[in-house]
Order: sequence, then C-alpha cells, then structure tokens
Amino acid sequence: MASIDLQPTENKSPSHQTSITGAEAIVQALIQEGVDIAFGYPGGAIMPIYDALYDYQDRLQHVLVRHEQGAIHAAQGYSRASGKVGVCLATSGPGATNLITGIADAQIDSTPLVCITGQVPSHLLGSDAFQETDVIGISIPVTKWNYQVTKAEEIPLAISKAFFIARSGRPGPVLIDITKDAQFQLLDFVYKRCTSIRSYREEPTIEMDQIKAAAKAINEAKRPYVVFGQGIILAEAEQEFKAFVEQSNLPAAWTILGLSAIETSHPLNVGMLGMHGNYGPNLLTNECDVLIAVGMRFDDRVTGDLDKYAKQAKVIHLEIDPAEINKNVHAHIPVLGNAKKTLPLLTQRLQKKVRNEWLKRFAECNQLEHDKVIQEELNPTNEILTMGEVIRILNEKTGGDAIIVTDVGQHQMVACRYAEFKQSKSNITSGGLGTMGFGLPAALGAALGAPNRTVVCVVGDGGLQMTIQELATIYQTQAKVKVLLLNNEFLGMVRQWQQLFFDKRYSSTEMINPDFQLLAKGFRMPTNQVTHRDQLDQALTDFIETEGAYFLEVMVGKENNVFPMVPSGSGVAEIRLD
Amino acid sequence: MEVIKQEFTITVYTENQVGLLHRITTIFTKRKINLESLTTSESEIVGIHRFTIAVTETKEQVIKVVKQIEKQVEVLKADFYKKKEVVQQELALYKIATETLTNGIEIERIVREHNARFLTIEQEFVVIEKAGYKRETKALFDELEPYGIKEFVRSGRIAVARQQFGPGKDIEALLLASSSNI
Repeated sequence: MASIDLQPTENKSPSHQTSITGAEAIVQALIQEGVDIAFGYPGGAIMPIYDALYDYQDRLQHVLVRHEQGAIHAAQGYSRASGKVGVCLATSGPGATNLITGIADAQIDSTPLVCITGQVPSHLLGSDAFQETDVIGISIPVTKWNYQVTKAEEIPLAISKAFFIARSGRPGPVLIDITKDAQFQLLDFVYKRCTSIRSYREEPTIEMDQIKAAAKAINEAKRPYVVFGQGIILAEAEQEFKAFVEQSNLPAAWTILGLSAIETSHPLNVGMLGMHGNYGPNLLTNECDVLIAVGMRFDDRVTGDLDKYAKQAKVIHLEIDPAEINKNVHAHIPVLGNAKKTLPLLTQRLQKKVRNEWLKRFAECNQLEHDKVIQEELNPTNEILTMGEVIRILNEKTGGDAIIVTDVGQHQMVACRYAEFKQSKSNITSGGLGTMGFGLPAALGAALGAPNRTVVCVVGDGGLQMTIQELATIYQTQAKVKVLLLNNEFLGMVRQWQQLFFDKRYSSTEMINPDFQLLAKGFRMPTNQVTHRDQLDQALTDFIETEGAYFLEVMVGKENNVFPMVPSGSGVAEIRLD
Repeated sequence: MEVIKQEFTITVYTENQVGLLHRITTIFTKRKINLESLTTSESEIVGIHRFTIAVTETKEQVIKVVKQIEKQVEVLKADFYKKKEVVQQELALYKIATETLTNGIEIERIVREHNARFLTIEQEFVVIEKAGYKRETKALFDELEPYGIKEFVRSGRIAVARQQFGPGKDIEALLLASSSNI
C-alpha cells in the first residue's frame, strides 16, 4: 500500500482517507497526535503495525528496546523530559505483561503514556491461544483508561480518546489492546482529535470561595509553609508558582517529584521533603500554622506517621484530582483546579509579607543539617568515597543544567538531595512505585525526548542489573546517555535498613558483581572507573565533556548510610540526623 | 471521623462499557472491602447504566471509594447513601417440593403471612417469590426451612434515593451540556 501524505489537522478539518488497514490507521493516528518517537518490541500479534511503521520511518522513529520493560520506562523518561505523551508498543502475552510494572509506575507518578499492545485475533479471544493474555483485565487497576479494539473502524476514536485521556487533567497511562484481525482489516480512515468525553471531567471547576478562603488563611498566617509536588510541572505552572511564593515570601519544600519545578538556588526553596529529605522541611512541617500543599498527594514517604503530621496546622490543598482531597491528610481548605489557573488567582489576593523570623528557622535547621550530615557527605574526611561528593562534583561539571535521571535506592536519595537544578523537567525518578530498573531506560527516553540537554543517569549496581540490557539500545540509537554508576556492591538501601532495624543481619543484600567495565565495553561504550578520590574530578570532566554516551563507575563506600532519615512509622519531627 | 462501620448503598451511573464492572470492583478489592451485593441495570436515562452496590464500611472509607469511582473516565456520577436515605428491596426465590403443599395448608399460610407469592407451581416443585429487606426474606427462609428448601437465591440490593430527584437529574443536565459526540 502506498504511503499517504497526511498533514496534521486541527479539530475542524478531519482528514479522510478511504480503505487503509487498521495497522496503518494506528500509525497515521499516532502521527496526527504529534508522535515522532515510539519505544517498543515486535512480536506476532503486533506485526501488522510494525509492517505499517516501515513506511513511516521518516516521520515516526521506532526505538527497538531489548525488553518491553525498557520500552515503557523509556516512554516514561521521554514524557517526563519533554512534557509530551510517551508511546510504547508491545506484542500480546509476555510483551504486554512486561509493560505492567512501568504502567503501574506511570499511574502512581501521573505520567501520560499511550501503550499499544497487539492481541490475538478476535475469534481466538478466550481460547488460550498462543501468546494470549487478558491484558485489559491485568492493566485495569494500573491504567487511567484502557480499551480493547476488535474492529478496525474503532481505531481512530480509540486512539484519539487515548491521547486525550492520557494528557488531560491528572495525566496517566492508557492502554489500547488491538486484535490482530483489526490491524489487518480495512477502514475508511477519518481522524479527529478528541477534545471532550461526556462522562469525563478533565479539571474540576474553580470555586472562588475556596480561593478567597485560602488567601485569607495565608494572609493571616504567621508561619505559612508550602509543600509542592509534580503537579506544578505537569500543569506547566512553574512561573505561576514562583510568583505565588515570592508574593508573600513563603518558604517552599519540594517532594521528590517536585524537584526542579523551581531552581534549587531560589531563596525560598528550603529543600526536600520525605523520609530522606532535609531536616528543616520535615521538622518545621510540625511548626507551621498554615500548610499549603500544591500539586502533591501526601505520600506516606512524605508524611511519616499521619497521626503526627502537621496536626497544629490549617491545611490548604491545591489539587486537580478531587479524589486526593482528604485521602491522607484532611484539607481544611481544598482548592480544586489546575494549578496554572488557581495559583494566579491566589497570588493576586496575597499580601506582601517579609517573614524573616520564620525563614530564619529554616536557615537554622539547614545549618544544623549541614554541620551534622552534609559537610561530611559532600567533603568527606576519610578516604572512602561518598555518593554525595560525586554528586557535588557532578554539579560543578554540569552547572546544574543536566537532566538527572535516577534509579531507586541510596543513590537516588543522595542524587535527589544534592543534585542542583536550574530548569524544570530536570529530575526524572521513580517516586511512587520505587521501581528498580527504571533509571537506565528512562534516561534513554529522556535523552531522546530532550536531545539538546545533557542527560545523566545516576544508578546503583543493583538497579542497573535489572535493565542493563538497555545499554544495547543506547548504543543502537546513539542516545547521549551518561551512565554514572555508584557502585557500593550492596543493595544499599535495604542494607541500611538491615543495619538500623534488623540487627545488621545482611540477608541477601551483598552483591558479587560482574566486571561492569568489561560489560560496558561489551556494549561498546566509552568507560572509566574511579576507585580513589584523586581520580574523581578528571573522570567527571571526561564523563560530561566526552561527546555522546559514557559509562563511569565510581566505587563508593560499601556501608555508607543516607541521613537524615525519618524512620518508618515515625512522625516527621522525629527525623534523625545520625 | 466516623470509625463505625455501617450499611451504605452506592449508586454509580456509567456508560455501558465492557470492563467497567472490573474497573469498579477493583477499587474495592484494592482496599479489601467486601461487596455485599452488586447489581447492574439500565437507569432511567437512555443508554446510561447503573450500578447499585451494597457495602458495610466506615463513612470515611466510603467517601474515598466513591471519589475513586467517580474519577473513572466512563463513570458519570457516583453517590452514596445511608440506610435511611434509600428505599431498598431485595428479591428472594425459594424452591420447595410440590408434595409439601399437598400435605396440608401450612405452606400457603406462611406464604400469605409473609406477603410472598407462588411464582410457579410445577408437578415436582413450586417456586415462592418474596421481595423485601434481608431480614424479611430471611424470616421466610427460616419458616420454610423445616419443610425442605431445595434451592434458594436472593438478589442484590436495589435501591432508589429518598428524595424527589435521584442522581439521574444531574446526569441529564451534564449530558445536555455536553456537545460531545463521544
């Protein structure tokens, strides 16, 4: 079939093309949605779509990953770096089930994705055919929406709804399962982008009473305190947020997913919340009189014991998802709506305030944390290398301009604590689900989603080995991923817990590792290894300045711990500095 | 917050979509909440389906669950009601041997006293039908049991709100306002 030249169309002028296959309709629909890259892995039930892709290689790049989990995490990284919907393709059965971890990750971290899976022909549904699995049933709890297409004529509407649902409101992953016969069938292709669904409300209507009540509470507050999350980045409300905190000199702490929504160096940015967040932001949660949560969901890693969380404070919650209001923390004043719209309404009602005394409290806490933890972590006095000093020097080399992608564990906490950010969408990490193996493929996706930026994948030796095969994809795509392996030859975070809470019984946490240098060479990457401090600076210079991908391994202390720490089940004010 | 578990009826108005039942029930299973009954049917609005769900839970948990249900793309509206806020019924069928009727008038008396009725009388068996609250259908069960119940079934709870206009009123307005063709 000849390829058809289609211009992207607006809603008002639907394109029309008679009698193309369902598979080609899918590819054309993706192009009309602005997709220029998709991550995937072929197989029997999705072969017609791959065949159709062959004719569109000039407009839609397909990235052949080495495992479907790599495809979904790459699509996540792509989306988080670019702000666009990530797309991935997989075949039926194992191809589809291999996506599930990443879909669950995207669901809990509100990442917009469209996943397209092939399915056995419709007449075989339910027959336990080769590579048949009920991916609709399996993915229901972890998708914002999913749909099975069994007739080609359903394709345009299904794809347009998928993109609309994935990107609108609180974003999330959508899965479209398409039977093989529907991919072969012919249809009259008319594509119209979806702009509304009658049963679906993208955003709640803003209620001015809520805005006014929130403004009044902030204006009357002595010690107001802002905690903010990824909602600001997803709403692209970074400027509105900055204006909001600056208007009334509100100290603001970010959640792990809120990182980079404002610059690290902003004087009102007081640091990170959470179990391994900063001392002041945790401690002073229980000293503020008004707590203003913006685009965050009070995860238990942020709140600790809810019975000891901000009980003294009046809570204002700016949120797009009504189901988040009162889910974990009672909101005295909910402010429903898109933060890009609600924040300016609030800002214009705020009085200018100085708040020197209150801000000084954060500075004092920061000083204490610096003296007790940060100083030694960033400038260690013994010869054992720390993760913190690696990140400190990395900051010097990148100037805070890089996208930092992390995996999960100690290195993630250290990177998120110490990495510096100058612009938004610069922190990509698996927050809610804590998916080890996320980092490397997500960095691949980020590098392809933000080709003009430096992408550093900070990863541990445990997580790297979960998806290490994607080094091959990095080579094949020539994606400029800088892999920074912080190797402590342990599953460090679990080991830390075993040390602190399980009487140093190191059950199955020590790793007898492969030679990562040889492995990286096998994947045709330039590599280097740092074992002593005097090598570190030059190694990180080479790491950043060498054009293209690079693999740098730093041997860090085997039994270093991440502090501060709010022990599991404790209140935020019980944060430990050692 | 109320921590005492009580009986709630949850009503959900939805598009008629394959898989939506699973999507709604998974919201309960994720929180390990037992569904006492779940009934799906058409609603008063053409093309719109309705779930009626019976649970015994704390009000706090029910509010959270209803919000999660309403968040689903194909759900138009979800509401919850306390016991006193709905008019509710369940339907029960009791199958007993026809010969128990021929041995006296006891069965007929019981059926009459319980405001039940014979749905069908066959050569081998009769089927008795009773609508009411669970305690009423249970009471009839207890009285019939000594005569031998060969088969018994009770439907899920169906309920309508004790107010002039049910949730459907809002949905009709929502559908009117929507210019979408989807």
